[in-house]
Amino acid sequence: MEFLTPGSGLIFWQFVIFVGLFFLLKALAWKPILSSLKERENSIEEALSTAEKARAEMARLKSDNEKLLKEAREERDRILREAREVAARMKDEAQLDAKKAADKIVEDARAAINIEKQAALKEVKIQVATFSLQIAEKLLKKNLAGDKEQKELVENFIKDAKLN
Amino acid sequence: MSVFSSLLRQSAAFCIIFFAVFSFANAQEEHTPKATEHASEEHPSEKKENISDVILHHVMDDHIWHLWDGHYGTIYLPVIAYTSEGLKLFSSHNFYDDHHHATKEYEGLKLDHGHIVEVSTGKSAFDLSITKNVAMLFINAILLLLIFTAVARGYKKNAGKAPSGIQSFFEPIIIFVRDEVVKPNIGHHYAKFMPYMLTLFFFILFGNLLGLLPGAGNLTGNIAVTLVLAVLTFIITNANGNKAYWGHIFWTPGVPLPLRVVILPVEILGIFTKPISLTLRLFVAITAGHIVLLSLIGLAFIFQSYWVGLGSSLMVLFINLIELLVAGIQAYVFTLFSSLYIGMAIAEHDDHH
Repeated sequence: MEFLTPGSGLIFWQFVIFVGLFFLLKALAWKPILSSLKERENSIEEALSTAEKARAEMARLKSDNEKLLKEAREERDRILREAREVAARMKDEAQLDAKKAADKIVEDARAAINIEKQAALKEVKIQVATFSLQIAEKLLKKNLAGDKEQKELVENFIKDAKLN
Repeated sequence: MSVFSSLLRQSAAFCIIFFAVFSFANAQEEHTPKATEHASEEHPSEKKENISDVILHHVMDDHIWHLWDGHYGTIYLPVIAYTSEGLKLFSSHNFYDDHHHATKEYEGLKLDHGHIVEVSTGKSAFDLSITKNVAMLFINAILLLLIFTAVARGYKKNAGKAPSGIQSFFEPIIIFVRDEVVKPNIGHHYAKFMPYMLTLFFFILFGNLLGLLPGAGNLTGNIAVTLVLAVLTFIITNANGNKAYWGHIFWTPGVPLPLRVVILPVEILGIFTKPISLTLRLFVAITAGHIVLLSLIGLAFIFQSYWVGLGSSLMVLFINLIELLVAGIQAYVFTLFSSLYIGMAIAEHDDHH
């Protein structure tokens, strides 16, 4: 079984050639190949993570936009509501003012009417008194024309005074 | 299968160029017409007896590269031998006669069953010849260098872009070795061992595939080749072994004291069985495959029948496809176990307690 015994020459050559081949391939092939592969894998990984980040950024922007939109909508609603409130308040105030003014006018009118009434009443009283005096004068002139009637009157007065 | 067929096409193209150059260089060699008739002169019964020799001869290393019978079918590889008289360098043609038999002596040396022996003293010389397998080694190494520098160029050219051409063919295999073989077994510090593991994987894969080509040497089915690869893994494993690894071997934790003494030799044995199993697994898997293929081909010559030839050809085709699979599996397994051993040696803490 001669082929089971390794030949010394072939061992020598195999060692020399294989080790030489190893160093040559290591420098010329494996290093550039493996580093390129690593580089490519890294760049792919990086690209993927960048894409993922971009997607997250997009989502964040979108949600930001929505938030802004929502805020704007709320702001609009608030302004509208406030405006409506202001308008209502102004309307109320105007109504109140108008009512107050009207009331005052009415009050003033009533006061003026009262004064006029008083004045009229006073006039009427004076007129009535004047008429009464004139009537009384005429009556007196007619009734006290004789002495008898005058005496009777005086007596009536005295009677009344006695009763008191 | 398209992976392998494309690989085969590439490696085949390269080998054809290689062989063509060598054959041309040998065009000057002298052959007598007799050499071509040599095969047909043999008696059929002789062939039957020789068939196992032929098979063993095919799976073994040689000083010549015999491709086909005829004038230019044999490449005489250079002999380099360190003898007591110093270093000698000459063509192996000097050992061979006209019948391709290593019968001649040259410069006081002769070939004795593939070993270079000094004629005067009978001592065997230190044989550094460029044998068939050494030539295969060079082809394999050059092929790997050409292909993977081209792949690396692709990464430079297509920086930041999708891979193209030969780069996109080998990228999944490289990533497979990294993510499925090395990373899960070695763990965090896998990057340090990647160049070795990739060299190992592709050296074995290409060696296996080249070995399946007709006329090619049985490189990864040679025990010297697998031994060196296993020893390199052994050295890397033990050079990187941490405190937990050595502690586990010499003073196994969590085991009663008397048992530790029993376990110690087993653990020490375990250090050495790992490279032995690596050596034998690859050697046996590839050599066995070659022997099966050659035996099936041999059937046709033993029975001298067309029908047996047809049947064995179909079987050879089938086994060849399996061998392509085995070529990939053995490269994967060797790399996997190397990663596993290194991973066990550098693991931060023992998981299996």
